[in-house]
Amino acid sequence: MTHPPTKSAAPPGAGTALPAQRTRPGAPTPSRRTAFAEGVEQLRAAATTEPGRLRVIGAVLAVLIVAFGAVTAWQMTDRAAAADDVLHRSQPLSSSAADIYRSLADANTTASSGFLAGGQETAASRQRYESDISTAAAKLVTAAANSEPGSPAEAAVAKLNKLLPEYKGLVERARVYNRQGYPVGGAYLRYANEKMQQEMLPAAEDLYTKENARLTSDYSDATPYPWAAIALGLLALVALAWAQLRHYRRTNRLLNQGLVAASAATVVTLLWLVVGHTVARAGLDDSYDHGVRSLTVLHDARIASLKARGNENLSLVARGAETVTVDGQTYDAYYYDFDKDMTALGKGLTEAAALANDTAGSKPVAAAEGNMKVWKERHAAARTEDENGDYQAALDKVIGTKDATGECFDSVDANLKTALAHEEAEFQAQATDGRDAMSGLPIGAAMLGVAAAAGALSGIGRRLSEYR
Amino acid sequence: MFVRRMRASLRGWGGVGAMAVGCALALAFVLLLPLTQSRGEGGQGEGLGGPGLATGSPAKADDCTDSRAQDETWSPSGADGSTIDAIKARTGAKRKLIVGVDQNSYRWGYRNPNTSDAELEGFDIDLVHRIAQDILGDPDAVQFKAIPTSQRIPAIQDGRVDMVVRTMTINCDRLKDVAFSAPYFKTGQQVLAPKSSSITGYNGTLAHKKICTAAGSTAYAKLDADRKSGKLVASADISTTVPNQLDCLVRLQLGEVDAVVTDGALAASQAAQDPTVELKGAAFTTEYYGVAMKKGATDLVRRVNQILVEYRADGWQASYDKWLSATLGADSGASKPPAPQYLRTS
Repeated sequence: MTHPPTKSAAPPGAGTALPAQRTRPGAPTPSRRTAFAEGVEQLRAAATTEPGRLRVIGAVLAVLIVAFGAVTAWQMTDRAAAADDVLHRSQPLSSSAADIYRSLADANTTASSGFLAGGQETAASRQRYESDISTAAAKLVTAAANSEPGSPAEAAVAKLNKLLPEYKGLVERARVYNRQGYPVGGAYLRYANEKMQQEMLPAAEDLYTKENARLTSDYSDATPYPWAAIALGLLALVALAWAQLRHYRRTNRLLNQGLVAASAATVVTLLWLVVGHTVARAGLDDSYDHGVRSLTVLHDARIASLKARGNENLSLVARGAETVTVDGQTYDAYYYDFDKDMTALGKGLTEAAALANDTAGSKPVAAAEGNMKVWKERHAAARTEDENGDYQAALDKVIGTKDATGECFDSVDANLKTALAHEEAEFQAQATDGRDAMSGLPIGAAMLGVAAAAGALSGIGRRLSEYR
Repeated sequence: MFVRRMRASLRGWGGVGAMAVGCALALAFVLLLPLTQSRGEGGQGEGLGGPGLATGSPAKADDCTDSRAQDETWSPSGADGSTIDAIKARTGAKRKLIVGVDQNSYRWGYRNPNTSDAELEGFDIDLVHRIAQDILGDPDAVQFKAIPTSQRIPAIQDGRVDMVVRTMTINCDRLKDVAFSAPYFKTGQQVLAPKSSSITGYNGTLAHKKICTAAGSTAYAKLDADRKSGKLVASADISTTVPNQLDCLVRLQLGEVDAVVTDGALAASQAAQDPTVELKGAAFTTEYYGVAMKKGATDLVRRVNQILVEYRADGWQASYDKWLSATLGADSGASKPPAPQYLRTS
């Protein structure tokens, strides 16, 4: 449809060009010239006649419009793919990296609670440890499947895959010796804890950081305005307007249907591009502000509460064996870390409360804050007992069945879990909206671009046909 | 504030100074090493060990020799002094003797995971209860603090504990930092290895073997000194040190080391937890355990010595039978401390 007018218009153009070349019969053998130089020559010759000029205008318009369509399709494909990655790849991976960290830390804390409880570990605590380990293992498989070969994330996953069975072996040995009443069981637990604290948790944190970086980079690939496409669209519109003005001036005809159709299609594409992207961007930004930021803060808070619990347990396992000196004051290393973790938890919860934008999100956070307050009070009481040397009383206040800090930790954890699930759903909804706003754009832009180019060519073709 | 900063900055300069000295020493060593070697080739090979030995002995305290270190203590007395008054002045729930112990030494100081309460038990713990009974009138008026081997001396110096009862060997080095009671147990360093191992004792069979010791233990100090003096084969790898002697058993079972060197009493309690390892060869040192206290707490040292006089007569044997006869043998003769002498007078 686009070609017939150009083709039918070709012979006269060629006719004007040919005599120009044949006016040099005296030249013995015309030196061969490059195709480009020849084309430029032809173009220059063509531009001296109206049909020639029209042909050039038609070509420029078509190129501009097709370029606009192509760049739009290309840029939006990139953005839509990045938005899709945010939704289906990087965010789930970042969440599952946080889960890996949490499961590992929780398994370690549970193991030390089991040790504190003595040889008769409860079924619930064993169950919890086992499910933590299988969660970590399952999420590691997902992370491995999604990490690019040779990437740092892959290295972290490989490291964790190697360490997890080692860790589990040490804990099992600790259990066996504990059951026999040998203190070497405690030594195995310490060794397992050391492996967890010094090798596994840093690797898991590394993985989490890497996945988060990927999420951020997917966001920044999805959200910037497609300036090149917009600029090309505007340029195409200006060119179309100029062509129509020229047409009006030369022929006094108001409308050329082809050019009008091309302008309309270009305007629609441009509007779709700008509006669609703005909506998508708003959705993605929302999913970041209300989803990802909340999720990160909540994950961090959950990890802080987990660390606090781990340190609370370890302070009783170690019984004052480890100390730190800060500003000339000596503290129990684990109690010192506990206080730091609790401060981090408090800060995280305050921030999460500020970020929560509806009651479903803020309620569990408020509840967790309440749990944390009780936890702090009970912990202070337990620590006083410990410092007074009543170890058994301190132990009861930490891992006992009634009014122990363990209850508070479990409540904080459960509430944070609820809040995380809510924010996850928010993220999903908003990110899906954002991605969907972009979803038809690449194909639509390509098709409209082709249609507009066809319109422009047919419009010019009509004018050209008048010269035959 | 200013003073503290001054001290901190001084400490900083101390570090720099130490580093500078270290660098200078290393440089001197590197420069001089070829010299000594070339001299050695010149036919004076037998003289090489000499300087090492000569510099070794003056490092010890002037009036202390390790063979008599266990006697560097004050004569017994039941009188209260400023230290004991301060302990007795504690009120309410805090009226307790704060004692640094181990919770990892099977049958010495450990927590049996299968007893319903979380109390520590063992030979050392019995002695602690006896001391608390005597000073505060209540055997349970004790706050136990678990302390890693390397933290025993700092814990006493910082006043975090009143005393340390934790299989602690009396020697001259430690006497510079803390005061000891009269000895309450006799033991010696021994080698522990798997039954199937080619190691036969503290001898040449340790060549190319990895040996584990607790950081800050007399075992490590001995191995280090012996390797330098050539008594221990130079190819023995003693770089593995752990916070607690029991962590060595873990490393041994995991195959990360080939042998453990620790006090015979503790090695026996490790062997009791794993039937596939055994003590190899006889003890190659003689050491005495003592109760460590803050330097200058003379009244407390005298009081503990008084308690030990009574404890040796009544209590010691019962505690041995209960905790140690299973691992060290029914005959307590080899473990009984000698009749104490009290060399410190002034």
